[in-house]
Amino acid sequence: MTSRVYGFMSRLSGEAAHRFRRWYGEGPYQLLLLLASFALAGYAGVRLLDGDWPMITVWFVGAALVHDLVLVPLYALADRALRAVAGGAGRRRRPWVNFVRVPAFLSGLLLLVWFPLITGQVERYEPVTGLSADVFLARWLLVSAALFAGSGLWLLVRRRRSATKGRPSQVH
Amino acid sequence: MRETPRTNNPTQPEFWRSPLRGIRLTSVLGVVLLAGITLVTVTGLLSYAAYNPNLSPVNDKTPDKGLLGFYLFDWPTDPHWLYRLNQGLHVTVGIALIPVLLAKLWSVVPKLFALPPARSLGHALERISLLLLVGGVLFVFLTGVLNVQLEYVFPGSFYPLHFYGSWVFLGAFVVHVALRLPKALRVLRDRHTPDNDDESGDADGDKGGDKGDELVSPRPAEPTLSRRGALGMVGGGSLLLLATTAGQNFDGPLRRTALFAPHGGDEPGSGPNGFQINKTAAARGIRPVDTGAAWRLTLSGPRGDDIRLSRDDLLDLALHSAALPIACVEGWSTSDQWWRGVRLRDLAALAGFDPDRAAPDVLVDSLQLSGAFRRAALRDNQVRDARSLLALQVNGEDLSLDHGYPARIIVPAAPGVLNTKWVSRLDFGELR
Repeated sequence: MTSRVYGFMSRLSGEAAHRFRRWYGEGPYQLLLLLASFALAGYAGVRLLDGDWPMITVWFVGAALVHDLVLVPLYALADRALRAVAGGAGRRRRPWVNFVRVPAFLSGLLLLVWFPLITGQVERYEPVTGLSADVFLARWLLVSAALFAGSGLWLLVRRRRSATKGRPSQVH
Repeated sequence: MRETPRTNNPTQPEFWRSPLRGIRLTSVLGVVLLAGITLVTVTGLLSYAAYNPNLSPVNDKTPDKGLLGFYLFDWPTDPHWLYRLNQGLHVTVGIALIPVLLAKLWSVVPKLFALPPARSLGHALERISLLLLVGGVLFVFLTGVLNVQLEYVFPGSFYPLHFYGSWVFLGAFVVHVALRLPKALRVLRDRHTPDNDDESGDADGDKGGDKGDELVSPRPAEPTLSRRGALGMVGGGSLLLLATTAGQNFDGPLRRTALFAPHGGDEPGSGPNGFQINKTAAARGIRPVDTGAAWRLTLSGPRGDDIRLSRDDLLDLALHSAALPIACVEGWSTSDQWWRGVRLRDLAALAGFDPDRAAPDVLVDSLQLSGAFRRAALRDNQVRDARSLLALQVNGEDLSLDHGYPARIIVPAAPGVLNTKWVSRLDFGELR
């Protein structure tokens, strides 16, 4: 799209468009879109910040920073540790990595999304809803156990199957 | 593999070693997010309209919305499950999108660290827009996810934060889609886009980073998972969240499947009143003495003098039934409950409105002393609907205290907070 607009512009007045692009680095279409979006962000932003604006800014920018500088490195490190434990190189030598990775990912995802309820820190939950808040931690542990157990079982079945498949070929 | 240099510097492309990253993965995730966020946006905007914020200041938690309320319309009462469906979709789909969102952000994280920070003015502006995009989407998802868990730790009231935050995000989102979707579609359409080619494409900076696949690691680690496998894992995460959340919009065994949703699992009680409660009477400071024999409903309207009715007076009026759900902004709902009470339009007639002419709006007061909606306004179309009741009973029994005894409002397709409990006063009249 950018290039199409650029093409049109260059036919219209090649020299001016070329100079604009050299000065700005992108096509005019991109600039117009961004300016419109910044205007909207400004309109909504002053209303968003009308209140405890330092904390709201911290939350807005902090959400991105915490994600990029804490969460992403955290799960990258966890995954690297898992691969290190699995050891060796090559897909064959560590066929069980994903049998830990997938249930760990799913369990971690549930914890991430439902962290307040699972850790039982929502004090108003019980008085407000009339429901018990104790159930969430137990459910998370049970679901995690089921995920890991199911994954282990699947691995076992696969190993068995490949072992029985492997044997006749060894006889050959 | 050893020829390329090792590095601990995330600004170097060699730092990022996952063999999964690449424009195909990012494109698939991006297109799924586009569809999902569009749905969540539309349902979110509809939910805002469902509060009828233009009707009365008491319904409007974002009074300085200005042009952002450009699309508001009178919220209908048909179909009666409209808000239940809308809000169930908004919250459930939003939660199921979280793994897709996180995977998408992970897939492009090397770009965040890429140097130079800006190649040109145009590139610098785009990166500022990306801060609004990423900060915005995380802010909006975070406030939403915390709010449905009643964890009000965010700095202010949920409504303005989520609403204005969404608009900041949406501006950046539209730009991002306009600038990137054509390329994503091209990549997805072209099955032969190589997954691992061309590491040098970005070298000549004046292409704006659009040529070549700069997301592909120049020093990829040994693969342990295929891209298809990674997508399967993300999709599995979405399905798991969906399967453990969606059930909070249904009763009985289905609700029990919602293992982690705030209103999943068991009902708060048994019997006719044993369905989900948004706020208990105790939590809202409703004292038994306020709801006992001394309780009176006050009606006011064009007649001038207030009318005061006891619960027995109300039970002597013509009673009608309506099967309607409770549907909360937090994305949970009940199936239809069998409510019985006095029609709002009959009460409007008692207050002096000619039943043959247009119905009035009504301002509803609750006994509750706290809560953002202890006062709420209903529009004339809601008052007029024959299913809109001041309910006295539910499922064949008197209302329980937690469900609004002595009397509560129930209106088809209205958000739960407008179905005021412990009603003390109804002011019929033109609100705007």
